[in-house]
Amino acid sequence: MNGGKQKRVIPGTTLFDGDMARKGYALNKMCFSFNSAENRAEFLRDKEAYCDKYGLNPQQRAAVLSLQVLDMLAAGGNAYYLAKLGGIFGLDMQDIGAQQTGVTKEEFKAKLVAAGRN
Amino acid sequence: MAKIVGGINVTHVPYIGRAIANKTQQDPYWKPFFDGFPPVHDWLAKQKADVAVVIYNDHGLNFFLDQMPTFAVGAAPEYQNADEGWGIPTLPPYPGELDLSWHLIESLVEEEFDIVTCQEMLVDHAFTLPLELLWPNQHPCPVRTVPVCINTVQFPLPTAARCFKFGQAIGRAIESWDSAARVVVIGTGGLSHQLEGQRAGFINKEFDLMFMDKLITDPLWVTRYSIPDLVELTGTQGVELLNWLTTRGALLGEVAKVHANYHVPISNTASGLLAMENV
Repeated sequence: MNGGKQKRVIPGTTLFDGDMARKGYALNKMCFSFNSAENRAEFLRDKEAYCDKYGLNPQQRAAVLSLQVLDMLAAGGNAYYLAKLGGIFGLDMQDIGAQQTGVTKEEFKAKLVAAGRN
Repeated sequence: MAKIVGGINVTHVPYIGRAIANKTQQDPYWKPFFDGFPPVHDWLAKQKADVAVVIYNDHGLNFFLDQMPTFAVGAAPEYQNADEGWGIPTLPPYPGELDLSWHLIESLVEEEFDIVTCQEMLVDHAFTLPLELLWPNQHPCPVRTVPVCINTVQFPLPTAARCFKFGQAIGRAIESWDSAARVVVIGTGGLSHQLEGQRAGFINKEFDLMFMDKLITDPLWVTRYSIPDLVELTGTQGVELLNWLTTRGALLGEVAKVHANYHVPISNTASGLLAMENV
């Protein structure tokens, strides 16, 4: 899909390139719609119907309904748009970071503080 | 002709908006960050800037993946902030500077930077919060503004070398603007941070401090790195340092540090502040 060019591998990291942008378009478009309070309310009233309205594929739909960030990323989600979905559930960046790295929020925050001491 | 009084690079984490709204700047969590600003406020007061060119990246307020410009320049009489979906307060509009917008647009295209022009443009926290930090509690903002947006969302991103040259072209445009205005260039975002993936929470203090130092003494140093190198070294959102580099490019010639501050963490981010002026 990327013209035969070798992709750079950075562990634990996905570059949001053309392949991911193509794959995740519907999911990201849905998340972009959450800039509107009215749309956020509509999503909360019926999440499945809202996913259908934006044409999410089964992988994207399952990831959104289970609120699994790594699954949303694998389905082509971009961090900036996904953060708007997280906001609906009151999740901040430490909640999302902790979920993705499999630690508690306190452990995640402690790791950030430690990074400043090094 | 207009004069560039200096450049200021500063972090733009959304969470800062909540600290300002809740007036928690002196809480232990926030104090090391907010205490970096008074020396820059003093310097700004002396410089008497009338205009700010703000180099930033949009996070899905004005631009979506349907139309994603690599470089975009605002040309609106004023710039509205709006709901970004994550619960930070929406701020009052910021005055534009149409004459400089159109002079920049003409000059940049003449120099072969084929930018997108925006006569309507919403500005997100990456534009608004740095202005709130630099001119606190001042509404309307005391400087007229021109937003310059760089894509750091969808790869490929412009290379570091390209951003530096883009900044130099912005600097030449400002200096050739037939105006008595005093212009400050502001670059926002960074420093190292990564929001997504198993590497979320990644911070690289050693690289950040080197980058801040080299930005003063040898700005081309960072252009040795490719964009994937910079992601590896600074995190997927750490590449916002491109806005800092563009700002440094706009300060044509040698610069000296006016003031710097660096503190980890603010939210998931290594926060940085660097004010520079030409020598």
